[in-house]
Amino acid sequence: MGILKKALTTAAIATVLMAQTAAAENVKIALVVKALGIGFFEAAAKGAEEAAAELGDVEIIYTGPTSTTAEGQIEVINALIAQGVNAIAISANDPDAVAPALQRAMDRGITVISWDSGVAKEGRQLHLNPSSSALIGNTIIKLAADHIDGTGDVAILSATSTSTNQNIWIEEAKKVLPNYPNVNLVATVYGDDLADKSYREAQGLMATYPNLKAIIAPTTVGILAASQAVTDAGKIGEINVTGLGLPSEMAGAVESGATISFAIWNPIDLGYAATMLSYNLIKGAEAAPGASIPMGRIGAATLDENNEAAMSDPFTYDKSNIEAFKSIF
Amino acid sequence: MSLLKSREALLALAILLLIGVVAARFPAFVRPANLANVLNDTSPLIILAIGQMIVILTKCIDLSVAANLALCGMVAALMNGAGVPLPLILMGVVALGAGLGAVNGVLVWKLGIPSIVVTLGTMTIFRGTIFLITDGKWVNAHQMSDGFKALPRTVLLGLPVMSWMAIALIILFTVVLTRTALGRSFYAVGGNPHAAVYAGINVGRTQFSAFVISGALAGLAGYLWVARYAVAYVDIAGGFELDVVAACVIGGVAIAGGAGTVAGAVLGALFLGVIKNALPVVGISPFWQMAISGAAIVLAVTFNATQARAPGRIILKSAEAR
Repeated sequence: MGILKKALTTAAIATVLMAQTAAAENVKIALVVKALGIGFFEAAAKGAEEAAAELGDVEIIYTGPTSTTAEGQIEVINALIAQGVNAIAISANDPDAVAPALQRAMDRGITVISWDSGVAKEGRQLHLNPSSSALIGNTIIKLAADHIDGTGDVAILSATSTSTNQNIWIEEAKKVLPNYPNVNLVATVYGDDLADKSYREAQGLMATYPNLKAIIAPTTVGILAASQAVTDAGKIGEINVTGLGLPSEMAGAVESGATISFAIWNPIDLGYAATMLSYNLIKGAEAAPGASIPMGRIGAATLDENNEAAMSDPFTYDKSNIEAFKSIF
Repeated sequence: MSLLKSREALLALAILLLIGVVAARFPAFVRPANLANVLNDTSPLIILAIGQMIVILTKCIDLSVAANLALCGMVAALMNGAGVPLPLILMGVVALGAGLGAVNGVLVWKLGIPSIVVTLGTMTIFRGTIFLITDGKWVNAHQMSDGFKALPRTVLLGLPVMSWMAIALIILFTVVLTRTALGRSFYAVGGNPHAAVYAGINVGRTQFSAFVISGALAGLAGYLWVARYAVAYVDIAGGFELDVVAACVIGGVAIAGGAGTVAGAVLGALFLGVIKNALPVVGISPFWQMAISGAAIVLAVTFNATQARAPGRIILKSAEAR
């Protein structure tokens, strides 16, 4: 058995492998989620399929562990590496634990991006956030202004006075207030994400500001409690409750009219955008700070210095689409 | 004994004073409709405070009331979702609450574990159970039937049913504690356990009864809470057990057991209720709100410690003189 024969065999195998890669007509993109069976991620998979249908030559592999553990995701990633997928788009259960496995994938030429819940910088090429603080801040003010014809008193009902997310969103919301000269932000109160305290604070707002037109609650507990308080006070139609909430939780409030519209990310768009980004990276787009990568119907993602991008404004939910989304998440 | 020396009268006076101060800044606060609203809002706290007071009377404490409330509330919401009629739900949650209270009671009675440890443990277990039966999912307004949500809100003779329930329970337990053997045994067990044993009272079983009552009331409050806020999830009424204990302490219920009245606990709850409802309308910074609630509790306890020391009665005067 000469060295020559060995070398020939190796070359032959290599040729076969390369030929296989070339013959694979479909681009395989794996959508790895935190766990299977969660409505939010099922919806994201639906979006990924929409993107695949639009692109034509994409096969979506929707997968994930059965419970939300990093260990389970690592197994899934290893299986995907063995399958030889072209891209992995992951919503991670742990930003650091899955990074080594994803690095192995990248070493083998697999495109890796994270979306929704990010992976540490070294474990992915880019991360897609559903939205950004500035976009959220703008959206919650816009939703309030839209339904009061741009004029009137509004108040913010937040979570605790120390909630980082809410405080950043409120700060961003205050920055865009000058764009709405007739919207008068009269107070910011804190319901501590407790249903009873939020309810009481909403009652307090209604009692203190008789001309109040809208309550903005960028927290799921707060928006529900405020809707209930407005309903119980018989002020549906006078005061609109808006902010950030989940369709499954807000369906009742939208139905009763206490909330005309509210916002949160759209998981379908998120799955769609993640697929589009993966596809474009496979086809040669460069993930580098400042780069702008197209996301199909949604626009383009502009990467910041950490290779992170924000998808879009939060999606607005109202009577027209709540029925479709309330069973999703 | 003059009226002013009565602790309850003093507390009632303090509440009136508080309402007066609030009214000076926000006159609409004293409108009858708003005061009725405050009473209604405080009803769950009143109901829980009555149960807690009975437990504290027996030298125990029940830290699991809020978790019990949350679990029973969630079960009520789930039963409603399964189409169980409302009267059955009400009976079900009261029975479940009593059962959960009985778990506390048995551990305290039969194993002699200090109640603070037992209820600290069951508090976590109850919350964990909610997570187990729901996977952390919420039950929301549109998943509850209208009848389920409407009962606490239905107005009878000017007050919502929730307020009437609290009032009925205040009357019921005032009678129980002052006029029945069980009621008096709560005082006896807490006041002097040894003497209670000599009087033929089973200390452990009396404490068990107290936990069952507290649990049953928490179960009822669980339904009221969930129906009122039209939402049920793992963390509802988080930290509420501390408000309940605070209401008792402010109401002059002795933490060492044996002393306290239903009226005191109710007034303590109302005192907190007025503060909670007043703070959002008087425009005090949220950063101060917790400090103010806390200061009220410390003041009340200080007041307790200095005022409530009734001097012992000398019953053998001639013997002492010698």
